Amino acid sequence: MTELALRVAAIDDAIPGIRRIRLVPRTGGLLPAFSAGAHLVLAMRDGPTLRRNPYSLCSDPEDRSGYEIAVRRAERSRGGSAFLHDRLAVGDLLSAGQPANLFQPDWRGRRHVMVAGGIGITPFMAMTATFDRLGLPFELHYACRSRATAAFADLLVARHGARVTLYPSDEGRRIDLAAVVGDQPLGTHLYTCGPDALMAAALQAARDAGWPDQALHAERFEAPPPGDPFTATLARSGIEVTVGRDQSLLEALEAAGVAAPCLCRGGACGECATRVIEARGTILHNDHFLSPGERAAGDRIMTCMSRFTGDRLVLDL
Amino acid sequence: MAAAFLSRPVYPGLALVPQARRHIFALEGAGAGALTDLAPDAGALTRSDILYLPRDPDGAAQAVALAALGAASLWQAPDLAALLSRLAGLLDGARMGTRLYAAGSEGFIGQVLVVAEAAGIDPLSVATEHRGNRARRVQCVHCKTVAEEVTTQPCACPGCGLTLFVRDHYSRRLGAFQGVCIDAEEPGSAPAAEEAFR
Repeated sequence: MTELALRVAAIDDAIPGIRRIRLVPRTGGLLPAFSAGAHLVLAMRDGPTLRRNPYSLCSDPEDRSGYEIAVRRAERSRGGSAFLHDRLAVGDLLSAGQPANLFQPDWRGRRHVMVAGGIGITPFMAMTATFDRLGLPFELHYACRSRATAAFADLLVARHGARVTLYPSDEGRRIDLAAVVGDQPLGTHLYTCGPDALMAAALQAARDAGWPDQALHAERFEAPPPGDPFTATLARSGIEVTVGRDQSLLEALEAAGVAAPCLCRGGACGECATRVIEARGTILHNDHFLSPGERAAGDRIMTCMSRFTGDRLVLDL
Repeated sequence: MAAAFLSRPVYPGLALVPQARRHIFALEGAGAGALTDLAPDAGALTRSDILYLPRDPDGAAQAVALAALGAASLWQAPDLAALLSRLAGLLDGARMGTRLYAAGSEGFIGQVLVVAEAAGIDPLSVATEHRGNRARRVQCVHCKTVAEEVTTQPCACPGCGLTLFVRDHYSRRLGAFQGVCIDAEEPGSAPAAEEAFR
């Protein structure tokens, strides 16, 4: 897969704690097309560390002259958001993988209802642009701390008017999820992205109202959780890889030069599933992909999110 | 047998979605038994509409059994086209939380799913249960005629007369299996038809 060579064309820090970054092709021309809901895995060279983090594309998918992402400064950053906030400047060069989409709208839908919380608004910037262009009915419910700190709030209201509802918690407003899902026409799809609790509540409200799972879509991008260091033995390469406290297994594999499969880097897509040959200890599954039964079987690990504690872990890599 | 063809539908059986705001049951012939066996509670039945297409020989008795359930409504269709049209009318204007259930022959379920998908329902969201014979609805890939109630392998196309091999390849759009000329290379070499879908 060809890496994209990008240059930082603009940085917008208008909203405190959220940095909008526009990336354009280094050599001019157009970037590959992407679809609403897609994300980009940015490669960031930060001293000796090469970070690869996924970010939802929030620009209009029709605009192929550049890609835009919006990054919230994480309170306990593993490094990615701190790098983008503190060290990135206009003119810097970055590379990225091709856009990939794990949060595709269901185009059979008659109506599209989106529930966003905080920086989880980013994929809905591209979705609302596309729904609007195609004339598809939609509504967006956007929970935020305050109007002043809500990324894209003004832009969304200007663009889509009453189809966008803001719920600033400092004004005491909360999304009435039961009401949102309570009277929608057959063929409606629900999409949610934001804090875990909000996503879980939105999905539960829909299930409680009799919605089928096929109409429910959630985007979970989480940073890999830190944990105690551990060592993985790679059966095919014949090497041992030590995973640091703030490093994911996938990152440790990449640092060791192992070509490990991956796509979303957030435990959602299943691409990085790796066969476990031996595990004397416990696999700490942190992904959203394996079923409870598959977790219990213990013969696969999702390297982007999951960790291990114990004496010996042997992987088929 | 399992999953030889990815398009070959599976029918997991009816299971009530207790949270549903409204239940619509589309039933044909022996499919009535799928609902009476399910025995929904009275609360669910007050939110249930039943569309029933009776088939011989037990249609009348099954209609009596369905009526005894005491659902919000029970409508007997004179024919399949009428049932599908009534179903489309019910789904038009329905709200999310309406759940659809289909039970009966494979051809019936397939055509209910076509109506459901046109109304914005993912076919996987529909509870289905196969009851009754295994007769197939078959589209001749050559002249596009759809043969109903096909029970033999191969079968004769009622449109163009070709002898068709009935494949497991299933069209969700048509709700029909694909039939392909079995003796195109050497006309007249088709094996004798045998009862295969009973």
